[in-house]
Amino acid sequence: MSFTEGVFYAFSAIMIMAALGVITARNPVHSALSLVLTFFATSAIWMLLEAEFLAITLVLVYVGAVMVLFLFVVMMLDINITRMREGFMRYVPFGIVIALILVVQMVMIVGPENFGLEQFAEPARHVADHSNTKELGRVLYTDYVYPFEIAAVILLVAIVAAISLTMRRRPETKYQTPGKQVMVKKEDRLRVVSMKAEEKEK
Amino acid sequence: MIDLAISFWEWLPQWIQILAENILYIVIIMVPLMLSVAYVTYAERKIIGYMQVRIGPNRVGPRGWLQPIADAVKLMFKEIIIPTSSNRYLFLLAPMLTMAPALAAWAVIPFADGVQLADVNAGLLYIIAMTSMGVYGVIIAGWASNSKYAMMGALRSAAQVVAYEIAMGFALVGVLMAGGSLNLGDIIDKQAGGFFNWFWLPLLPLVAVYFISGVAETNRAPFDVAEGESEIVAGFHVDYSGMAFAVFFLAEYANIIMIAALTSLLFFGGWMSPFASWADVPLLGDGFHWFLLKTMFFIYMFLWIRATYPRYRYDQIMRLGWKVFIPVTIVWIFVEAVMAVMQIGPWAV
Repeated sequence: MSFTEGVFYAFSAIMIMAALGVITARNPVHSALSLVLTFFATSAIWMLLEAEFLAITLVLVYVGAVMVLFLFVVMMLDINITRMREGFMRYVPFGIVIALILVVQMVMIVGPENFGLEQFAEPARHVADHSNTKELGRVLYTDYVYPFEIAAVILLVAIVAAISLTMRRRPETKYQTPGKQVMVKKEDRLRVVSMKAEEKEK
Repeated sequence: MIDLAISFWEWLPQWIQILAENILYIVIIMVPLMLSVAYVTYAERKIIGYMQVRIGPNRVGPRGWLQPIADAVKLMFKEIIIPTSSNRYLFLLAPMLTMAPALAAWAVIPFADGVQLADVNAGLLYIIAMTSMGVYGVIIAGWASNSKYAMMGALRSAAQVVAYEIAMGFALVGVLMAGGSLNLGDIIDKQAGGFFNWFWLPLLPLVAVYFISGVAETNRAPFDVAEGESEIVAGFHVDYSGMAFAVFFLAEYANIIMIAALTSLLFFGGWMSPFASWADVPLLGDGFHWFLLKTMFFIYMFLWIRATYPRYRYDQIMRLGWKVFIPVTIVWIFVEAVMAVMQIGPWAV
């Protein structure tokens, strides 16, 4: 077994254990953290495939941003674990059916008849200074520029929709306008009043 | 004897050779780094002391030089108290999760021409990914301690880091456009030619945004609402004691050194000398000492800022991150695109 294979099996084992942890952990925070570990191991495996740009972007986007917000929300939830345990048995048959459908779908697509070395030639190894990032960028911005831009616009629409759904106008809230605060002059705020000193009462 | 050692080395399997060699390099980077972390804490207390017209630590060793060692020994022998209602494993995992990314990012830093642990193609991206992971330690610490103050600190920190990371990422997109590569070595090579060829000049707004976001990202004053001792005691690490607290403390300083080193690498030419035409004069040519000097200057800036500004209010922090920094970076990226088309500055052919 070569070193690369050893690394591959080590990270695959971590990934599978962590993925199992996501669905078996009782505590949702533990689940979310297992998912972080899963992403991490996945990115290590992508790195072995020479997809360094995608691997690091996976860590950057999913681990660094998406999962932070996930954890943020999950930590705020007030979850009663004993009640969740009661509901578990009720949903088991339903869960098994969905799991079976997923397994069948996966076997149909990545089964031995359309996947593996017989169907695809082994990808050629590139030299060490081959820039995967540059390659990806060239393809994205030339051959796939329309799908890429359309995907970007759809995401933008989703952002705008999410914000407009959750935004509430609150006229009673007071806001500061720092521009105004900076521009304020002494005359606007301060009034010097000349007063005569009062005489001492006799 | 030497022959025996060499033949023993060659007898080892290749992967052990690679492993041993890399561990040696890691030790060579880590030991000076940890020492500098210890002495940055001393420098901070001393410099802020002088800025506030007092002496600072001067009792342990000559002029207080042994103060960090004394602190480390004290913290090591203190008891680590684990709160009974805390989540034990996550509570102990959190300090490590803060420390690990702060150290891992050093793997791709070029210290001098060609001197780096790993010459990665996507080095800049790797650094962004690593620095973005530091927030986990804070969030997990806040949640696992099962305390309201710690939770408040963690939530504040998470929101703040997510906000400033975007501005930081956009600033680095600017560097990427100027450097034309994600490889840190290439980015420095592109800055060759002395002080006015470094990226700080064409990317001036981005330097400011990057450095200030760096201060916010490391939770340093004036952005230290995650600790905010006047409101929430000590924020996310309120329940930590002894070595567990020390690891948080060390990670904060390791991150400061990291941001300072990155600012000098990406915008101030790294190991390049500012006097390109005097390269033959000893010490004025390129070399590691320039990188060290620049990094030390930016570490000093961190301390200077801390001694100068009062803490921001939370909504002001958010406003600065989302409404000022992000628009500034986006506008400057467009300006850069125009400069690239017009072939001005680093884009001159």
